[in-house]
Amino acid sequence: MELPKNWRLRKQRYSMVGEICEKCGARIFPPRDVCPECSKPAATPYTFSGKGTVYSYATVFQAPKGFEEYVPYTVAMVKLEEGPMVAAQLTDVDHDEVKIGMPVEMVTRKLYEEGEEGLIVYGYKFRPRIHKSN
Amino acid sequence: MREVAIIGIGQTKVGEHWEKSLRQLAAEAILAAIKDAKIERVDLLYVGNMLSGEVADQEHLGAAVADFAGLRTVEAYKIEAACASGAAALRQGYIAVAGGLADFVVVCGVEKVTDAPNPDVLAALALATDGEYERAHGLSLIALNAIIMRRYMHEYGYKQADFAAFSVNAHRNAVNNPYAMFRRPITEEAFAKARMVVEPINLLDSAPVADGAAALVLCPLVMAKDFTSKPVRIAASAAATDALALHDRKDLLFLEAACLSAKKAYELAGIGPQDVDFFELTDASTVMAALSLEAAGFAERGEGVRLAMEGEITLEGRIPISTMGGLKARGHPIGATGIYQAVEAVIQLRHEAGENQVRDAHWGLIQNIGGTGGTAITHILEGPD
Ligand SMILES: [Zn+2]
Repeated sequence: MELPKNWRLRKQRYSMVGEICEKCGARIFPPRDVCPECSKPAATPYTFSGKGTVYSYATVFQAPKGFEEYVPYTVAMVKLEEGPMVAAQLTDVDHDEVKIGMPVEMVTRKLYEEGEEGLIVYGYKFRPRIHKSN
Repeated sequence: MREVAIIGIGQTKVGEHWEKSLRQLAAEAILAAIKDAKIERVDLLYVGNMLSGEVADQEHLGAAVADFAGLRTVEAYKIEAACASGAAALRQGYIAVAGGLADFVVVCGVEKVTDAPNPDVLAALALATDGEYERAHGLSLIALNAIIMRRYMHEYGYKQADFAAFSVNAHRNAVNNPYAMFRRPITEEAFAKARMVVEPINLLDSAPVADGAAALVLCPLVMAKDFTSKPVRIAASAAATDALALHDRKDLLFLEAACLSAKKAYELAGIGPQDVDFFELTDASTVMAALSLEAAGFAERGEGVRLAMEGEITLEGRIPISTMGGLKARGHPIGATGIYQAVEAVIQLRHEAGENQVRDAHWGLIQNIGGTGGTAITHILEGPD
């Protein structure tokens, strides 16, 4: 049941493809074909750099079903360089070392495993950027 | 449009009802409300509920509940808007009576969560979030609240312990509420030491999800006097939405929908925040309580926590909140919460709240928020005295 959904989301999850509004220039992620800024149609694909900073974060000790084996894990709101905010997990960093304002970059990692069949769902997570400029 | 009154209330205790099913809980609350209202006819039933299909294994809730509440043949539907399902049902009932399509409407809120293990319930509750862009990344509702709280602390310079005042107040008020889940006070020290659920939100910061049902009977105000000497008028009913996903909001520290629906409600009732005697808000977590106070005009931005720290949210304070325990201590039976808020407001406005009575209570504000703020429904109730 989840297979078609994961296939449909592949461009967003693996390469952060969103949209750009031809009317007002807003960069849109997640894509929705309607600009949230000006409500005009917006379906031109736009690939995000995957770079941003941590706007806020939280460390999960009590996880919803399907994520229990990963606790503790850190989830964050990442403010992308191009404007939009995206929710994702942080990776390659200890939860005590995360700070608001920390520069991060997108990497592709396992998000979760699905049920009995063991289908692995991949997608973006963010890790600390060592050099702010690259 | 006709003026609408609440003439009957009913509620079950909030908690773990192992021996009762969803429809038995709903029926108990409905029968109590009908008895309280002394009506002999019901034209329409709305059932506010979020997770009956996902957790309690039952949809088609209108017919299911009507049948078990002795209302077979009555038109009945389920209304869903996540944690705001209860208020959404109340608003639909209000619309039906105000619009003249029905005279006697029962609105019930019910949730049954103990039929499933806790991680399943957490996952089901997370259905209120964006499935593709929040849930798939392991974010729960509490995690999203925790993200808001961390930023709030960062932005306005609060410590985690500063939020204790909300939970202390809620628990203190629940002591005198026989329907509350946790009827014991807590201390600031206990709050500071509680186990982290999603840091910075701990066990004494977030509201416990539980079983429960509450119900109201609505009728036109002009007919209300035939049934009760203390009709409570619905002076305003207003709702708004915001982006479902937290990351899509213009401002993560402002509840836009809550603000819009409150503004509209004040306008409809012809009053302002300074006239409100108490405020039943959606304290699913302490930071949501703070943001609700700010969105409804009781505190400047960043000052909601300060209001609590200064004691202004207690029964004796400037704006009493969670007067019967709120979501935190009365408990949070998800889709029923909005109706519990209304039932408690009616008790205050009838001046039947005993030890917890807000003095001279005349205007009650109730606001039910769904998810992290995607839906907000505000009602203003006016007491008979
Ligand atoms: Zn645009």
